[in-house]
Amino acid sequence: MAKADFKVPELQEFIEVPLLEEGTMAHSHPFHSKPDFQEPLGYPGELVENWEEKAIEKMGDLLGKYRSFQVFLDSCVKCGACTDKCHYYLSTKDPKNMPVGRQDLLRKVYRRYFTLPGKYFPKLVGAVDLTKDVLDDWYSYFHQCSQCRRCSVFCPYGIDTAEISMAAREIMDSIGVGQKYCNEIIAKVYKIGNNLGLPGPALADTLEGLEEDVYDETGVEVKYPLDQKGADILVVTPSADFFAEPHVDGLIGYGKVFHEAGVSWTLSSKASEAANFGMFIGSYENMRRISLRIREAALELGVKRIVMGECGHAWRVAYSFLNTLAGPFDFLDPNYPVPQHILEFTYNEIQKGTLKLDKSANDDKVLTFHDSCNVARASRMGPKPGGQFEIPRAVIKAVCNNFVDMDADTIQEKSFCCGGGGGLLTDDLMELRVKGAQPRVTALKNAMDDSGVTHMAAVCAICKSQFTKVLPYYGLDMDQIVSVHQLVSEAIILTGQKSDEDEDGEDED
Amino acid sequence: MPIEVNGKTLETDEEGYLANINDWEPGVADVMAKEDDLELTTEHWDIINFLREYYEEYQIAPAVRVLTKAVGKKLGKDKGNSKYLYGLFPYGPGKQACRYAGLPKPTGCV
Repeated sequence: MAKADFKVPELQEFIEVPLLEEGTMAHSHPFHSKPDFQEPLGYPGELVENWEEKAIEKMGDLLGKYRSFQVFLDSCVKCGACTDKCHYYLSTKDPKNMPVGRQDLLRKVYRRYFTLPGKYFPKLVGAVDLTKDVLDDWYSYFHQCSQCRRCSVFCPYGIDTAEISMAAREIMDSIGVGQKYCNEIIAKVYKIGNNLGLPGPALADTLEGLEEDVYDETGVEVKYPLDQKGADILVVTPSADFFAEPHVDGLIGYGKVFHEAGVSWTLSSKASEAANFGMFIGSYENMRRISLRIREAALELGVKRIVMGECGHAWRVAYSFLNTLAGPFDFLDPNYPVPQHILEFTYNEIQKGTLKLDKSANDDKVLTFHDSCNVARASRMGPKPGGQFEIPRAVIKAVCNNFVDMDADTIQEKSFCCGGGGGLLTDDLMELRVKGAQPRVTALKNAMDDSGVTHMAAVCAICKSQFTKVLPYYGLDMDQIVSVHQLVSEAIILTGQKSDEDEDGEDED
Repeated sequence: MPIEVNGKTLETDEEGYLANINDWEPGVADVMAKEDDLELTTEHWDIINFLREYYEEYQIAPAVRVLTKAVGKKLGKDKGNSKYLYGLFPYGPGKQACRYAGLPKPTGCV
């Protein structure tokens, strides 16, 4: 672990609501995007000359397009229900990280230009002009929101701060003020096909390596096919699944499940990314362009179904928006949901009894489950409400003997964000990421102390990378975070697999 | 933040990665390691050299698993894991070792 040049919060027994301390995070802001990353997304390379005018024009445009945006700006009554619900506020004490404080950064400008009292009596209604200082505040604090939507669960009006953050980022991009991390990545998707910039040959080499590894370990030829025309299922997964740990252990698990289910499947070099950072920057146009790659790949490969891998916000985009962004998907088999989550697929196979599972393979662990924000609060799985909470837990319990949930106030729809979502998973925001993880890590640590939990499973590439990085700051181990399909992979006994006695207990960790 | 290597001034980006991969020479890794208070040993150089070879072939840094497997094959199974690599490069093999090797930073959800 790298040395911290900021104070890592101490873990308390409970998640405490702190006293306000103004400006503790005013210094935090991510690197600015360069013209090279702005232009492929359709944005000006740098701050445009008449930016004040253009920004207000863009705000008006968004108000006209998204009714929700205007309702959210108009309806807050300052009741205070949201104030202690944001993980960044709880860990930084900065009042501008209270959801209402964050919303007001934009609301006060909205009032000045779009409401009658704000136009004539700005001081009376807290309306202000859009100045460079206000813009700098926006850049800082709208990049301290992980768009996790926990606050919206508690707001009596359902005001969604994530949507306000997205709008703020879209306004800033439109005047040439972009964030490097998100925009460089989106430009890479257009150029190469995925967030990492993994070209086809590297992808093929990596997958071939996985086939070798699984064969060495099990004696079974499990395939990880790429660009295979005529396969039934197109699997779209975050490119981190090819690259990082513990992500890749999950990908190995998907392959084993498909192998045992006896279906034909393929990955695609064109749609080699499930993530869609267009959502993080609030850009419908970019979200659509990224989504269309999935449609194109599905048509070119002639598949009948689409299954999404373990990625939180990708599942929100896929479940909630894919049909309008890139549909209609009338060329796919109507007997299956479009798209389907890998967990739904695995859960169904478990119900059908096609998988031979040995739970004891995970007896060295006591598991808990981290509900990823976009899965928990912005989508669903399976046919029943709450399926997004039940199905991951049912799969874990089918492959592990030991499972314990964390504190009820920190899971399911009340889940605390990992601290790195919403386009903030970048090293230049490490202080924010470490601090933002505190509420989740507190709940995890309590589950470790009270119930002997050893590992936390997740279904989101961002969560997995974030915890791998930040857990060591709190004295925990980086490999305490695991993929759900990594657990499946451990427990599954492949048809014809060599038995344990043939092996000498070699383990990759 | 340009760096000085053997009398030459080389451009880097705001995170300290070389702006132009073709500017790389072994001295780059030495200078960068010095700034991190890290002494480069032959074990470090094994990793740096592998990263450069892989990049030359595939235009991307190797996946963590590809790297650990290659290290395991070359240096013995006990070293073919992330823990060993983090021991050498505390900021992470992907990011710190790539920077020393002159490769661009891996981006995305990693």
